[in-house]
Amino acid sequence: MLIIKDLKASIEGEEILKGINLEVKAGEVHAIMGPNGSGKSTLASVLAGRDLYRIDSGEVKYNGEDLLEKSPEERAKDGLFLGFQYPIEIPGVSMVNFMKTAINEMRRHRGEEPLSASEFLKKMREKKELVEIDSSLTNRSVNEGFSGGEKKKNEIFQMAMLEPKLAILDETDSGLDIDALKVVAKGVNNLKSSENAIIVITHYQRLLDYIVPDFVHILYRGRIVRTGGKELALLLEEKGYEWVRKEEPAGNE
Amino acid sequence: MSTVTSKISLKDRFINLYSEKSGEINKNSSALMNSFREEAVERFAKTGLPRKGTENYLYADVESIFGADMEKYFGERKISLNIREIFHCDVPDLETNLLLLVNGRFFNNGQMLKKMPGGIIAGSLAQASKEYPDLVRKHYGKYAGNSEDGLVSLNTAFAQDGIFIYVPKGVKVEKPVQIVNIMIAENDLMAQHRNLFIAEEDAEARIVVCDHTLSAHRFLTNSVNEIHTAGGAKLNITRVQNEHNGSSQVSHTFSRQEGGSELSSITISLHGGFIRNNVYVRLDGERAENNTMGLYLTDKGQFIDNFVHIDHAAPNCCSNQLYKGVLDDYASGSFNGRILVRRDAQKTNAYQANNNILLTDDAKMYSRPQLEIYADDVKCSHGSTMGQLDENALFYLRSRGIDRREARLLLMFAFAHEVIQNIKVDALRDRIDDLVDKRLRGELSRCNNCAMQCG
Repeated sequence: MLIIKDLKASIEGEEILKGINLEVKAGEVHAIMGPNGSGKSTLASVLAGRDLYRIDSGEVKYNGEDLLEKSPEERAKDGLFLGFQYPIEIPGVSMVNFMKTAINEMRRHRGEEPLSASEFLKKMREKKELVEIDSSLTNRSVNEGFSGGEKKKNEIFQMAMLEPKLAILDETDSGLDIDALKVVAKGVNNLKSSENAIIVITHYQRLLDYIVPDFVHILYRGRIVRTGGKELALLLEEKGYEWVRKEEPAGNE
Repeated sequence: MSTVTSKISLKDRFINLYSEKSGEINKNSSALMNSFREEAVERFAKTGLPRKGTENYLYADVESIFGADMEKYFGERKISLNIREIFHCDVPDLETNLLLLVNGRFFNNGQMLKKMPGGIIAGSLAQASKEYPDLVRKHYGKYAGNSEDGLVSLNTAFAQDGIFIYVPKGVKVEKPVQIVNIMIAENDLMAQHRNLFIAEEDAEARIVVCDHTLSAHRFLTNSVNEIHTAGGAKLNITRVQNEHNGSSQVSHTFSRQEGGSELSSITISLHGGFIRNNVYVRLDGERAENNTMGLYLTDKGQFIDNFVHIDHAAPNCCSNQLYKGVLDDYASGSFNGRILVRRDAQKTNAYQANNNILLTDDAKMYSRPQLEIYADDVKCSHGSTMGQLDENALFYLRSRGIDRREARLLLMFAFAHEVIQNIKVDALRDRIDDLVDKRLRGELSRCNNCAMQCG
């Protein structure tokens, strides 16, 4: 589904990603872990199409097509979803209007008729229940005045509404209490199928108690320095990121 | 500085026009309105037209607009088109008392003044000043009269008619009153009308004003509105400026608010080549509340200039200015918002915000807040922003599959809606949402089924 080959990206001349290699197949759940500043969020942003970053080399194939050539909206329409680490507040744009526009743009892309008002509301209701999001939140402007936890739940709600093929969740767990964490995990597990894939970017092992990954990758200084099964996360939890730093051979700046 | 040329000055051209036509002007107006003309001409002779670059007209080049060669007529003119047939306001569910002004004159086949239940009077100002001279005299020229703006004097000298609305004490006008200003001619044309709205104690009314052009000629309107809101009265005015871009207008609105009154006015400027709105509000009694808002969506070479002056002359009053605009292409504009808090106006709350989105590097906007505060126990704030659309918000929307163009529209619409949501007439608010959406999409935002196209 997703093949990343030797991806290098920089911002304002500073190289952040220094050659990422990663393959994600349908049905898989991948966790990417790493200390602050290792490039996790940059990788997520580059995959979603944020133009702040410069792609210096490498390639990304998504379902056989060149992902990096596409605009953010084309990527989304092709089923890629980014759960933002810091969701944006958009005063004046209602959640309902936002989701209706997004869903119908995607349906149009697939050659489907727009959802009727009642179909749309039914879908909203179902997904709201799934992610246990307060009903009043969807009557408000996008993320406006939402608490940190509400914003993260709202990301999962949007994911549930849009039903992506590949979801990349950028530290969706950070700042969440255990109840909210369970809701996030429920949303993710609900999406999981043999046709979808999920990349969970996280700082802590905690979320992986609820979302069991098939692969765990450790990103360090712009490279994936280790890949393993779920036990790698536990090892990391036990030994801390100091362990990665020591393991990483010198002279690899 | 005036230069000596063989050409007659613009000021003298208007003065000569007055001398030449005063007989005809007077004949087709009312004695009351006529009685103000001579003095107004004298005032105008002293001030002339406002010059670009002077304190109150820093960016608006009024002289070049008023210097254009345009027809003016002061007698009766048979409008050869049946306006009732070509103009149908298509705001659904907007049931209004409709008043038409055509080229600055009240237009109705026969009935010049409507007398409605409860003692409400609406119709021609000239007619009202004949039938109710005492009532009109009490207010006419009282709020605009001291203006040092030569354009106001010019209006007083030439205005022959306009709309008169009177709501007696304690009466609530259920249906909104809709005034449609239509410009239609077979030549380029200048017109000057005068409106007077009076809301007596505890009266309530909603007024909708729509400015339209129904022929493709160049038009210039120089209008004056005087508004009196007596104690406890509530008046709500929504104005939609939707003339074609070959037209220019300057409007001057002078409002006087007594204690406990509420006056809200929202001006939505969509089309029109040159628009200058002067708003003067005087809060004259305690606990009066004023909301003055504007939304301007301009492109190409449009020029929009909002000049607001709120005068807090009594304690415990509240005023709130909110002006927002989106400027595209090489459109330009100016916002000047002045808040004056007089020495005795303690416990004043006065707010002002002017937010602008410039979509191109060529669009220009000047924003100028002016606070003049002589009382010591007041709350005043002002804020002005100039910016582009928020790139982070754009990316967020696009990452959900919404095209860049649609995402931009969503953000612009959200920006504009903050003003629109204050419109108190539901059907009109929905319609304006729709008009604004069309305007932002660059579609023709005609708001009527008229044969001509505004915009």
